[in-house]
Amino acid sequence: MTGFLRAHGYEIARLTFEHLWLTFFAMLLATVIGLPLGIVLSRRPKLAKPIIGFANVLQTVPSLALFGLLLPVPWLGENAARLAILALTGYALLPILRNTYAGIRSIDPTLTDIATALGMTARQRLLKVELPLSASVILAGLRTATVTCVGVATIAAAIGAGGLGELIFRGVASVDNGLVLAGAVPAALLALLADAALGFLEKKLTVKRA
Amino acid sequence: MAMAAVEFDALSLALSGGRSILSGIHLAVEQGSTTALLGRSGSGKTTLLRMVNAMAAPTSGEVRVMGKPVASQDCTSLRRGIGYVIQETGLFPHMTIGRNVGLPLEMAGQSKTQIATRVAELLPMVGLEGVSFARRYPWQLSGGQRQRVGLARALAADPPILLMDEPFGALDPVTRVEMQEMMASLIERLRKTVLLVTHDLEEALYLAQRVIFLEGGRVVADLPSNKVMPSSDPHVRQYIRAVRHNHRNHEEPAS
Ligand SMILES: Nc1ncnc2c1ncn2[C@@H]1O[C@H](COP(=O)(O)OP(=O)(O)OP(=O)(O)O)[C@@H](O)[C@H]1O
Ligand SMILES: [Mg+2]
Repeated sequence: MTGFLRAHGYEIARLTFEHLWLTFFAMLLATVIGLPLGIVLSRRPKLAKPIIGFANVLQTVPSLALFGLLLPVPWLGENAARLAILALTGYALLPILRNTYAGIRSIDPTLTDIATALGMTARQRLLKVELPLSASVILAGLRTATVTCVGVATIAAAIGAGGLGELIFRGVASVDNGLVLAGAVPAALLALLADAALGFLEKKLTVKRA
Repeated sequence: MAMAAVEFDALSLALSGGRSILSGIHLAVEQGSTTALLGRSGSGKTTLLRMVNAMAAPTSGEVRVMGKPVASQDCTSLRRGIGYVIQETGLFPHMTIGRNVGLPLEMAGQSKTQIATRVAELLPMVGLEGVSFARRYPWQLSGGQRQRVGLARALAADPPILLMDEPFGALDPVTRVEMQEMMASLIERLRKTVLLVTHDLEEALYLAQRVIFLEGGRVVADLPSNKVMPSSDPHVRQYIRAVRHNHRNHEEPAS
């Protein structure tokens, strides 16, 4: 065990970092798109169905297939990390979008009504009432998205984008279970850690109703 | 007569399907007076009230607040100058009582200390003594206390007009009477123009100088409070009968 770590420790650390980096940028991109889009859709529920439906379809495409399909796309295919981040963004989008939309839509209409009657502008209502009241639901979406991303990012190694999947693929190819575990265990730990941390935050932001 | 605080001028509201919600409302509400709007469920009381703070708009006619047409004003600043109290209280569960009460001031851009000072003044005014109330959350209060907080919030920016939509409708009878008494003394003291929607004729007579009866979106009677009980108007008699009915069994000794 210690011998294995001595031999692969540096590589595991490097790939873990790469893995985190891929996940982080994909989550950033997915949040930057999903959160505002979810807010816009909550104002236009008629548009919500087709758009959330599209994100849903994106989610169901097997990840290996999605990476393969995107490979020949001109600008994307040139850079493996770029492609991986974009594909991961696709997977992270749905939970963020859906939960932002659902979180805002589920707010008691009496509260948004009274916010308006108090003379809040649309922006004030969003920042002071709607986002705080749906924060825990939105965070639950971020949590699901992060855990999905950490998992799917292992597949990114198939197209040479790096990450912990590299150890797994190499281990499978060389029938080396130690190497497979060296990739799988840190990936699982990352997912658990993200799940716990965001779950904690989610609880903190849950609003107690009267 | 001084300028009316609120005027409804040939006001009507018809839905796109053609159904009429309000029709031909002509009313002028005197400044500093309390007016009760009475009517059955669905008669249009809430809709009429919400036209004053531009939360609903007529399809024809005009609402004027302090002489100025509502339709030509900036909605947010109009609303900030009108207190609004509803049966469900509408307190924000993620904000402390202090923040809830101070919201109108927060939106007016007042400083934290200014707001805290005003909140400390408002809570006792609505019968919530003790500093700790400001730090609590709505779920830690009883229904009656929450209703008081809702009233304090409506009064925070000292608006000249107060709209109240069945403010005591969800309370138990004892708390309700307590609230009505507090409201009566506040009205007396603060000299606001109050529009009060209620189902309860006794509440209307206790708090208001004038009672307006709505039915099917029309004003069917409009009387000073002291002319209500002697009235022979059939619409008004219905309400008097309802009140009498509630009292009869207890006031007449059994033979
Ligand atoms: N946004 C709306 N769209 C369609 N119909 C509406 C809308 N708001 C109110 N109505 C209708 O307008 C009528 C009057 O409603 P309103 O809420 O003003 O009555 P109300 O007198 O306040 O009743 P209640 O005593 O039950 O509160 C009702 O028939 C209601 O169904
Ligand atoms: Mg109503």
